[in-house]
Amino acid sequence: MNMTNLLLFPILIPFLFAILLLFFKESVLMQRILVMTGLFFSTVSALYLVFVVKEDGIQTVTLGSWPAPFGITMVSDMLSALLVTTTLIITFFVVLYSFYAIDEGREKNFYYPAILFMITGINGAFTTGDIFNMFVFFEVFLMASYVLSVLGGEKKQLRESIKYMLVNVVSSAVFVITVAYLYSIVGTLNMADISVRIQEVNQPGIISVIAILFLIVFGIKGAIFPLYFWLPSSYAAPPIPVLTLFGALLTKVGVYAITRTYTLFFLQDISFTHMWLMGLSLLTVVVGIIGALAYFDVKQIIIYNIIIAVGVILFGVSLMDGTAMEGSIYYLIHDMLIKAALFLLIGILIYVTGTSNLREMGGLMKQYPALGWTYLIAAFGLAGIPPLSGFIGKFLIVKGAFQAGHWIGAIAILLSSLAVLLSVIRIFIYAFWGEPKPTPERSKTRYNRMMIPAVLLVTLTVLYGVGTEALVPYMSDAADVLLDPSAYVNAVLKE
Amino acid sequence: MELLMAIIIGILFSAAVYLILSRTLLRVILGTGLLSHGAHLLILTMGGLDGGAPPVIADGVTDFADPLPQALILTAIVISFGVTAFMLVLSYRLYAEHKTDDLNMLRGNDEHD
Amino acid sequence: MKTNDVILQTTTKVVFFIIFLFSIHIFFAGHYTPGGGFVGGLLTTGALLLLLLAFDLKTVRKALPFNFLIVVALGLLIALLTSAWPMLFNEPFLTHAFGDYDLPFLGESSLHTATLFDLGVYLVVVGAGMTMIQTIGGDT
Repeated sequence: MNMTNLLLFPILIPFLFAILLLFFKESVLMQRILVMTGLFFSTVSALYLVFVVKEDGIQTVTLGSWPAPFGITMVSDMLSALLVTTTLIITFFVVLYSFYAIDEGREKNFYYPAILFMITGINGAFTTGDIFNMFVFFEVFLMASYVLSVLGGEKKQLRESIKYMLVNVVSSAVFVITVAYLYSIVGTLNMADISVRIQEVNQPGIISVIAILFLIVFGIKGAIFPLYFWLPSSYAAPPIPVLTLFGALLTKVGVYAITRTYTLFFLQDISFTHMWLMGLSLLTVVVGIIGALAYFDVKQIIIYNIIIAVGVILFGVSLMDGTAMEGSIYYLIHDMLIKAALFLLIGILIYVTGTSNLREMGGLMKQYPALGWTYLIAAFGLAGIPPLSGFIGKFLIVKGAFQAGHWIGAIAILLSSLAVLLSVIRIFIYAFWGEPKPTPERSKTRYNRMMIPAVLLVTLTVLYGVGTEALVPYMSDAADVLLDPSAYVNAVLKE
Repeated sequence: MELLMAIIIGILFSAAVYLILSRTLLRVILGTGLLSHGAHLLILTMGGLDGGAPPVIADGVTDFADPLPQALILTAIVISFGVTAFMLVLSYRLYAEHKTDDLNMLRGNDEHD
Repeated sequence: MKTNDVILQTTTKVVFFIIFLFSIHIFFAGHYTPGGGFVGGLLTTGALLLLLLAFDLKTVRKALPFNFLIVVALGLLIALLTSAWPMLFNEPFLTHAFGDYDLPFLGESSLHTATLFDLGVYLVVVGAGMTMIQTIGGDT
């Protein structure tokens, strides 16, 4: 069995199945079978990839057999392998949920192919070792996300997706400009090679400018403080499964890109670039909290929680400390899983009540106890109550922050946990406690079937939290590569 | 030559920013088009304007232009072509549904609590 | 409204084939000189667009009864498979093979698997271009 191309399978299998799906536009059943098969095989290959990376170290392949700094290199270190796997697992559950939550009109109009194309782009962006290729993969998943966000063509969707597109088109243009600047200074696009050359040219001033430009570009995609403005309304417009995919995956690509560039390229003037990152990430946490506590719309509350999580993760990254970096990776994967679970549960909540306004809900505990308890577990997981999944990540980040002497940031992160808990428990109190309010008649079987993927995903997050100990070697492998760029560089350039 | 290119890119960017900040949707889309043109010219300039021969193997030519920026521009052009086409279709649908192309009328952030 | 497009329609009947043949020439020129699937595809789309201008959408649909989205899918599939087949021999993705062969009639020619990949690109460009035009032009 050939293994050279193993790391490409999680990218190519979804792509192949997306193409195959285009041939079966009319047959919903065929589409469902194909999309599940494709996701199953890609998930298996991704899990095997994690195993191989654990055993043999960083995997690389240079497309078209060109030698390393010239061809496009794809690199799979532990971080990207883990993210790819998480992405595929989440998509698997969301697609399962979509069978009952998406209308036939969307299913017949390229809903599943668009999801698979988006996964292709996301996994590609996680795996690529070439900065321009990363731009291309960004465009692939953005293009698919435009289709997903407009699919269905409701008035609100059209209005919000044009804004979403405009913001992203501008940020893509800035991405191209930044890559052009970087190319003019280092004369290469291979990320490992860039890392080496940046140290050689020794121009901290110009490199810092590029670092901030990258922060703007990826900050728009990843929704950090001044640049998150587009996110809440454009994520709220499409239906819940699409919102779940966007919320769990898209911002995380931006976060990953910031993490990668800030640990691989911009190491010359850490006191300047990483201070900016730290300040902005703390402000991101603050605005996220304000939004999460202010709204009475369940979708908006969870959407603002995405922004809080982005801030927490990037704060951990900006410390450039072993403990905090490991915590950030723990928290990143935890957040992808738990956000997907929460959005799915919110979707069921909206389905059974027929509204997303908290004031119009109440007393659901009697009628839907399973939903209530699952939601409560997910909410505690999000807030990081031990032994659930959010705890260990936040604990390590805070510990790292105290070690590095940034006690203001550490306290801010601790306080943010309380605010997060309050914001999600508010949903629980309003929706599940109190006087029952009239709810529309809903099909019990459909409710049960929507619950299956949500419950499975919540179970997965609980296992992730309880089984923390078993994951330590994987997480420390991922953090080691981030903190020691030479490992990455050597694997790519084979020095 | 670099100076001239810098000025042209600057003009393109300022025109793009002006158009993007206007209220008519079509102008905004044209603005993003200009923005990507500026970005493409920027790649070309940043790759170095040394006036070498086309990067195609031919006898007796030793001084080739750097092919990489050209490949990047081609990729970026294709992408911006696709995105702009999609955006035009979308804005047409938007106009048909909302009966307006004034972005001030398309705010819609007062409906959730 | 019925307009009289005799001149346009008559010239189109000739010019269409010239553009189409030129696009095929450009497609094969991409071997070692400027050209290739993308440009060739755009030229073909241009030729089809000329047909659309001279006649109307219905006539062109009747003459070319493809679903252009299937053309896109077919092109993507060809491109993916031609770039994926080296994986069977444990070579990196996108590796291409080439060699010189003595073909009947054509004489000494060099054959390159990248041409097959380019064929995929060509089909994607034609399919995507025509889909866009038909979507926008469909309801005027």
